[in-house]
Amino acid sequence: MKPPRFPSTGSPQADSWTALRRYTPARIALGRSGVSLPTREVLAFAQAHAEARDAIHLPIDFDTLDQQLQSDGWPAALRLHTLAATRHEYLLRPDRGRRLDVASMALLNAWRTHTAAPTLALVIGDGLSALGVQQHAAALLRAIHDLAPAGLDLGPPVLVEQARVAVGDEIGQALGARLVAMVIGERPGLSSPDSLGIYLTYAPGPNCTDAQRNCISNVRPAGQPPLIAAQRLIWLVQEALRTGITGIGLKDLSGLALTGDAPGIGPL
Amino acid sequence: MNLSATRCSQRHRFRSLREVMAKASPLRSGDCLAGLAAATEAERIAARWVLADLPLRSFLEEPLVPYEDDEVTRWIIDSHDPAAFAPVSAMTVGEFRDWLLGPDATTTALSNLAPGLTPEMVAAVSKIMRNQDLLLVARRCEVVTRFRNTLGLRGHLAVRLQPNHPTDDPAGIVAGVIDGLMLGAGDAVIGINPASDSISDLVRLQQVLADVIQRGNIPTQTCVLAHVTNTMQAMALGAPVDLVFQSIAGTEAANRAFGIDLKLLDEAHAMAQSLRRGTLGQQLMYFETGQGSALSANAHHEVDQQTCEARAYAVARRYQPLLVNTVVGFIGPEYLYDGKQIIRAGLEDHFCGKLLGLPMGCDICYTNHAEADQDDMDNLMVLLASAGLNFLIGVPGADDIMLNYQSTSFHDALVLREMLGLRRAPEFDAWLQQMDLADTQGRLYPSTRPTQLPSLLWSLPETA
Repeated sequence: MKPPRFPSTGSPQADSWTALRRYTPARIALGRSGVSLPTREVLAFAQAHAEARDAIHLPIDFDTLDQQLQSDGWPAALRLHTLAATRHEYLLRPDRGRRLDVASMALLNAWRTHTAAPTLALVIGDGLSALGVQQHAAALLRAIHDLAPAGLDLGPPVLVEQARVAVGDEIGQALGARLVAMVIGERPGLSSPDSLGIYLTYAPGPNCTDAQRNCISNVRPAGQPPLIAAQRLIWLVQEALRTGITGIGLKDLSGLALTGDAPGIGPL
Repeated sequence: MNLSATRCSQRHRFRSLREVMAKASPLRSGDCLAGLAAATEAERIAARWVLADLPLRSFLEEPLVPYEDDEVTRWIIDSHDPAAFAPVSAMTVGEFRDWLLGPDATTTALSNLAPGLTPEMVAAVSKIMRNQDLLLVARRCEVVTRFRNTLGLRGHLAVRLQPNHPTDDPAGIVAGVIDGLMLGAGDAVIGINPASDSISDLVRLQQVLADVIQRGNIPTQTCVLAHVTNTMQAMALGAPVDLVFQSIAGTEAANRAFGIDLKLLDEAHAMAQSLRRGTLGQQLMYFETGQGSALSANAHHEVDQQTCEARAYAVARRYQPLLVNTVVGFIGPEYLYDGKQIIRAGLEDHFCGKLLGLPMGCDICYTNHAEADQDDMDNLMVLLASAGLNFLIGVPGADDIMLNYQSTSFHDALVLREMLGLRRAPEFDAWLQQMDLADTQGRLYPSTRPTQLPSLLWSLPETA
């Protein structure tokens, strides 16, 4: 890659380092009005914030996702709901987003009486970005399915509404799974309203803490692509099954880059 | 101990010091979530009357989190300095507030007093202080720290340059670093939150940052904000680690949820000190905190979130850190609901940290699911900068594209400098002048003017 030319050949009003903008989606080289932000940047920011605020309240459409998953060959999903009845309650009461409601618990228990426990339970929750789940969860699960080694029993996908990460512990335990991977919509950023996070927990149960989870974050095509995230997850799953541990005791030594195409940067 | 008050012919009785503390706290959603908040506004003020009449000594006699159960309490009690406490040891919480606002609470007096104060004492007095009290007293504190430059001098404000990138791409990160430096930011630290959890990525990022400051001969320090156990592995591999970062909380159980304890932090601290990478000093720990973390880990012992937060500062001061900042609005609306609650919490955290002798900064921030916006951040940054904040966060355009939240921008820091006449760390200011980016008053030259710095620092593509 050729080094950028300084200064930019663009507008005479542009910052002298404007050529760097192509290397990052961050809001760099914005210019200055005095020492303050120029009008166009103040308005662009406000617009992005307005869109992210609206995205928080977008409801998930699990019917459509379930259909997508089934057309990819997955069995019909288990459909669950947490104790958080509304989005407002979800935002103010994270404890209620970590527990299943009574009907969901009954459904899981009934399921367990006639089905063997999976090795890895795949749980998908709306979290704070239904948009991310809607757009990328199917591709992620497809990649996980394709990469899973023979003999790794995945069970049916589990879809949970108004979900926090820790509800995966209750689900994983109820299913008798050795591991649970919680795929959840991350808090929307101004530039990334559609990110997924994956939280992997060994021996899920009510006493698990965040230190017992491995996190794969920013999963979306413009961030960590679903295929790479799936490769990383499968690497972590295999290590967790071998060592019986996840979280700070399991370091990610997969050697995988976070992107498929690290652009022209060699070893330093 | 008298734990009751009669106000407006209504009698309010509280069962414990812990309950008085929680109910005296200004309203916030996290205490409501925990079921600890006052039921009515009248009960809240009754709790403040009770609190104001309690002796400061109460907090030594009745630890809010039991000594036997919690190593943070043991550290707080065992490290308490009775000689330093002596000047205020006979006071009630209310008298202590009056003293703090009076002429005897000079910069020197407050600095000498710090080892005699416990987190519970400073949390208690903060609960009966208005915002202006918190600002006035914090402004009298001066906490100076050193690694490769001098931070915290009166009349100065530093900036952590936070060039996060969603995939840790080195070119993207260096582009962010250049943007910050060209806008005069980076004296507190150039610090990345990594997206990746892997050791090889961590070492690579540490090398990228070390290379940048070496290439530019920049008088500052670098940090990759990984978990302390990862940073220890990186140090063992020979990575150039300036500062050791860790998120900390105010109870042993909450710290365990973060995967740490005091022994582990002791080890990491000693390991980094042995590298001797500081030039002006060896203060090399960098801690982040935030109200709500203990409750979030279900480890709050029925103690309100602001008091838990102040206890995290006791953990921090064990290591004479270079930098400490509360990430005040990051945690979300279930702990701090809106701009009003975030602003109050930011002022409390800064006040409590400073009174305990810490170099307090603040990540003045909010998330998209909180009821807050840029105007709230403008308010908080002006308030804190006028109260002597050590440093704030600088993110390109205030939009952190990796952590998905809004903080303050490099421009925001420039606005504060212009409004309040605040300077950068002296060594860093001198460097900006040398690089022909700023004048002798620290004012930046127009950004359209070509300079050599970007090409000096931009080396990555050529190494491919």
